[in-house]
Amino acid sequence: MTHNKNKLAALIFLFLCPLVSFSGDPKPLNEGEIYNPVPAIMHHIADSHEWHLWGEGKKSVSIPLPLILFCDGKLDIFFSSKFHHGKKNVKIEDREYALDHGHLVEVNNKEFVDLSITKNVASMLLSVMVLLLLFVGAARKSNKDKAPKGLLSFLEPLVLFVRDDIVKPNIGHGYKKYVPYLLTLFFFILVNNLLGLIPAAANLTGNIAVTLVLSFITLIVTNLSGNKTYWGHIFNPPGVPLALMPIMIPIEIVGIFTKPFALMIRLFANISAGHIIIMSLISLIFMAQSGLGNAGAFGVAPVSVLFVLFMYFIEVLVAFLQAYIFTLLTSLFIGLATVEHH
Amino acid sequence: MASYIKTNYMDPMALVTPAIGLVFWTSVVFILLIFILKKFAWKPILDSVDKRNKNIEDALQSAENAKKEMENLTADNEKILAEAKAQRDLILKEAREMKESLIKDAKEKATLEAEKIMDDTREQIHNQKMKAITELKNQVADLSIEIAEKIIKSELKDKQAQKKLVVDAMQDKDLN
Repeated sequence: MTHNKNKLAALIFLFLCPLVSFSGDPKPLNEGEIYNPVPAIMHHIADSHEWHLWGEGKKSVSIPLPLILFCDGKLDIFFSSKFHHGKKNVKIEDREYALDHGHLVEVNNKEFVDLSITKNVASMLLSVMVLLLLFVGAARKSNKDKAPKGLLSFLEPLVLFVRDDIVKPNIGHGYKKYVPYLLTLFFFILVNNLLGLIPAAANLTGNIAVTLVLSFITLIVTNLSGNKTYWGHIFNPPGVPLALMPIMIPIEIVGIFTKPFALMIRLFANISAGHIIIMSLISLIFMAQSGLGNAGAFGVAPVSVLFVLFMYFIEVLVAFLQAYIFTLLTSLFIGLATVEHH
Repeated sequence: MASYIKTNYMDPMALVTPAIGLVFWTSVVFILLIFILKKFAWKPILDSVDKRNKNIEDALQSAENAKKEMENLTADNEKILAEAKAQRDLILKEAREMKESLIKDAKEKATLEAEKIMDDTREQIHNQKMKAITELKNQVADLSIEIAEKIIKSELKDKQAQKKLVVDAMQDKDLN
């Protein structure tokens, strides 16, 4: 059984990294120029078609990822290593793809849909594997007659915390059918927040597309659960004079969307900001080096490292906090939509 | 003066523009993840937790019940013991009373019997005495007659002597 699992993991690993490539050209700084950290930070925050690990230019090491593109009703699948870090275009029949500073374009301006396994998608699949290993592994050892042991003794209180302290008090009666969704939501965000803190990892929960999907699911679940009282409050707000109805009803309708919209922005901004701050603090060393020379770099480095360390502690806290807040607010919205008339 | 290098880097608007591919993959992965974790993780974990909670509650309840039962048993035992003591006391009291009454009865009976025996004896003695007295009287009478006969036989040879003898005899013998 374990042997098969190892084989499967090895297969997935092989699928994710068919070959590690080295290439790129370094752009040396001219005299009097100060290192600009923005490209590196933006590069880290953004999604990418290859998983850059370390190194610059010729020494850069990255994992090529598969591109899946729909163009002219045709499906094109190839590895990002074919681009040679943007130096070469990939030509398939009459379609020619190019990487322009990490941005994928079709040379002849043809419309295409990009469903590639990007760095963020690969990171998400990795997080799914982590989640499955942790929770399915723990669940197989769960026993009603014995106290939890090992991994389960750590995960079980977390699961119970989400169920009993987040979901139950906020949704109240009929909370049970939302528990699997909200547990998955909490641990998906938490694990991806934490994975994002590993150097060279992806910034998945700081990507607007991911937070968009998560908050869209909140929107759907909340409104599908909405009962008569919920819709009554929107289309016939109680205690509002008739003259104010034309103002109140649109406000209430906008309110349906602002709540999940705030969720989307909150998670995206918190996680991205954390990454940007850490990257900026590290960049201080390089800026000092380019402006003040090696002595400047050595002088700034300890301070910078201390600040980064401090930020890392805060980011670990934020990882838990944001998972908690997202789950709490989603529970709260569902609770508000399902509350019985009082 | 130092100046920043002009580098082409991505448009900041790209940060807040969701990529269709990531939207697609996140939707697929997250929704699948909900169902997989629901079946293979949340349900088994929460089921076993709930069952364990129920088991613990049941165990506590049955311990409580056992404790109550023990208390009841102890109370019962005490009650039985008290009853037994009361009964013992009663039996002892009854026995003492019975003993006393038996002794009293026996004493009374004995006294009565003794009195009766004494009475009988007294009566018998009286009777015997009377009998003896009667017999003595008879014997005295007989003896007197015999003596009288003998005297009469010896004395009564002449008429004078006879008469004198009777008179003397009558004078000497004062019979009660």
